[in-house]
Amino acid sequence: MPFIPHTKEDVAEMLTSIGAKTIEELFDEIPKELISGELTGVPPGLSEMEIARLMMERATQDGFYQNFIGAGAYEHHIPAAVWQITTRGEFYSSYTPYQAEASQGTLQLLYEYQSMMASLTGMDVSNASMYDGATALAEAALMAVRSHKTSRRILIPQTVHPVYRQVVRAIVSNQKIEVVELPYCTECGQILPESLANSNHEDFAALVIPQPNFFGVLEQVDALTDWAHSKNAFAIGVVNPTALALLTPPGEWGSKGADIAVGEGQPLGIPLSSGGPYFGFMACKSELVRQMPGRIIGRTTDLDNKEGFVLTLQAREQHIRRSKATSNICTNQGLMVTAATIFMSLVGPEGLRRVAAQSHANTLELVEQLVKIKGVERAFSGPVFHEAALTLSKPVVDVLSKLKQKGILGGYSLQEQYPELGNTLLVCATETKTESDLQNYAAAMQQALG
Amino acid sequence: MLIFEHSRPGRLNYSQSPAKPASKSAIPQNLLRKSKVLLPEVSEMDTVRHFTRLSQKNFSIDTEFYPLGSCTMKYNPRACNSLAMLPQFISRHPLAPEDTGQGYLACMYELQEILKAVTGMAAVSLTPMAGAQGELIGVMMIRAYHESRGDFDRTEIIVPDAAHGTNPATAVMCGFKVVEIATDKDGNVDLDALKAAVGPKTAGLMLTNPSTLGVFEKNVAEMSRVVHQAGGLLYYDGANLNAVLGKVKPGDMGFDVIHINLHKTFSTPHGGGGPGSAPVGVAERLLPFIPIPIVAKEGDTYRWITEKDKPQSIGRLSAHMGNAGVLLRAYIYVRLLGLDGMHRISEFATLNANYLMAELRKVGFEIAYPNRRASHEFIVTLKDIKDKTGVTAMNLAKRLLDKGYHAPTTYFPLLVPECLLIEPAETESKETLDAFVSSMKEILQEIETQPDMVKGAPHTMPVRKLDDVKAAREPDLAWKPDA
Repeated sequence: MPFIPHTKEDVAEMLTSIGAKTIEELFDEIPKELISGELTGVPPGLSEMEIARLMMERATQDGFYQNFIGAGAYEHHIPAAVWQITTRGEFYSSYTPYQAEASQGTLQLLYEYQSMMASLTGMDVSNASMYDGATALAEAALMAVRSHKTSRRILIPQTVHPVYRQVVRAIVSNQKIEVVELPYCTECGQILPESLANSNHEDFAALVIPQPNFFGVLEQVDALTDWAHSKNAFAIGVVNPTALALLTPPGEWGSKGADIAVGEGQPLGIPLSSGGPYFGFMACKSELVRQMPGRIIGRTTDLDNKEGFVLTLQAREQHIRRSKATSNICTNQGLMVTAATIFMSLVGPEGLRRVAAQSHANTLELVEQLVKIKGVERAFSGPVFHEAALTLSKPVVDVLSKLKQKGILGGYSLQEQYPELGNTLLVCATETKTESDLQNYAAAMQQALG
Repeated sequence: MLIFEHSRPGRLNYSQSPAKPASKSAIPQNLLRKSKVLLPEVSEMDTVRHFTRLSQKNFSIDTEFYPLGSCTMKYNPRACNSLAMLPQFISRHPLAPEDTGQGYLACMYELQEILKAVTGMAAVSLTPMAGAQGELIGVMMIRAYHESRGDFDRTEIIVPDAAHGTNPATAVMCGFKVVEIATDKDGNVDLDALKAAVGPKTAGLMLTNPSTLGVFEKNVAEMSRVVHQAGGLLYYDGANLNAVLGKVKPGDMGFDVIHINLHKTFSTPHGGGGPGSAPVGVAERLLPFIPIPIVAKEGDTYRWITEKDKPQSIGRLSAHMGNAGVLLRAYIYVRLLGLDGMHRISEFATLNANYLMAELRKVGFEIAYPNRRASHEFIVTLKDIKDKTGVTAMNLAKRLLDKGYHAPTTYFPLLVPECLLIEPAETESKETLDAFVSSMKEILQEIETQPDMVKGAPHTMPVRKLDDVKAAREPDLAWKPDA
């Protein structure tokens, strides 16, 4: 029997001890009419050899492609040590660290993670993770409304990832929080601080500021942050963690810095894996920490005054406060954070900076080569990080399909989410792409448009 | 020692990043970072040593028995991990076209079908990323259902007092008022209290069955009738599905919406606190509201169901497809189990729990509900011991760590004083259970002979009892170089 160690003798002895004749008898408190009998629709069991064969066939069917899609999930080199250590049983199969003395490994690691993320985002404190970037943003919106006390409105630019906006709406609308979307400049692909200054937005709890934004364009974060603060609202940065090695972190935006920083942690050592598991990160100024959702680890001492780590500020959490908790979140993405912490330790500050700079340079190079092709133009004039929008002379779907025949996943079509942009393609070339990869892509694009 | 303390300025792992800083840049000066990033500068070998050593300071299923109630800490088969990490699967971009992911989508589709079969629900969405998110999504569907009927007055969700903290927290996060109802002396929800609580304001009832008291709600059919008659819906918290998998389907018990914790019943790893995964299942009447994406099969082709197919859907609750890789691990696990294995899970989980309950009672422990069958878990109460000796459930739990066992769930459910909620998953052998009973018996003797030693436990862990009060009063939440 798969994964059940009991011998016949064991079962007999155990039933004798219980005083029951059969295992069936142990279910005698369940009303008979509810017992379902034989299940249908479940296939017979496979041996490990058989399932391995099936999974390898399916993996082979899916194959490998040269990937130039970003749009919220980014391909980066992941050192071999990251997942070899992360999948050690002591990390992989351990429980949430409620028993601090038996979980010092995970707890110390999470404290190190919080320290790294606080520094990367320029904030005072980080929590131990959220589910993903989209839900982290939704929780940040709830947190801002709780802290603001008078307004239940959140401003979100349309340059924020479209699915993040959907997730935020789905989650915050339950609490009668209004989400107002802000238009962007179709020339530069940014939110224009001037247009906000001329707008009549007065009563709102927070402004969300993406950096870079969904088009890969860099926003004028200082002016946006200061504008939000001038309206007594919070500034929430939604940021790419790789980019932060190069770009001003949210904690240093404008004259006072953003109040909350969130984002998708996937670029920090997490494989693309069809979309998950990833992890969301959340960091904030220390005055907001008691409104922060999720787990937070603190450093303390034991009876012998020896350093140790515990889950702390738990009075915010559901297992203590039940209906009065800051969020219902319980399980988060611990193992992904383990990988990210090992990743950040292996690359270090200079390594991460080089990854960011090379990704930026590769995207510039790719765009430079592509715009030389007739029928390809930059969609926006704003500066970019490692992703750029291009307007094509032919339907994006057709172009992508031709690129795919050459083994290239050429990018993400913006048309569905932004119909006003027409045939616009979002491309991303991270540090994983070589010069010849970029040339191959450009050649394939030339053919596709020719 | 913290990783930062191994750091030396200028140290770089040259094989792990581009060889030289990139020459090209077009980032405006005013957007460039001026402050330093405080990541450690540590060699690859020292990094590997540091995190390997940290791992060794953890308890884990791979190293210890976790009799942890309502958490279903069963063996996490290694095949599930290695096959989910095949290079084609982990390199696949979530927005890659459907025709480049037919192998992956086939696994997801089949997982949906198998989960439907074992729960008796009409459809399953795999998107929720943890139990609490599954709950949130479930309760959002309850709200969407009532509102679609023009019924805006249903503002209350009923939750038994024994429920997980996530239940009331979820209801509030969803904008509902929580009405808590009591448990009777046998551990069932008090039916009269339920009858008194329901009415035109009732949106739904959230129920865990078997409950967190480790007993099956015998009156579930009647509860279902009462709630439905009042116009409310029934939510099944699948935290304890392991106890009844293959025996009873939540759909047959009358539940309208459920979540299934794959990181419990379907053996995906707990990972030191996630990633979880909690697919939701719905009955017919909630079908229009189910969250996307879902995988559909058309002929031999698999495709995503989107908002175009489901205009009334409550929408998307994750950036992509939930915890896709966790779902793959669960799929591999259900295929390894197959039909027979699926039936055996609850049988052997229940056998283990009832055996352990019987043996612990024989060595002198008091069982909270002695006249009930254990489900896959049961409660020991140390109230008498505490009254006599001052030794608490937490002291005993910490002493178990010294004996090489993870502590059971303590002080939950809140309504049983000095409780230990004990769940021995089906993957534990009789020898392991017997050894655990011996250790529990030893601790009972220690409580008599050396109560202060027990109160000071643990004694053999990397640290002794930690100062939680200091941690909360003087929060030290991030390392600073000058600290």
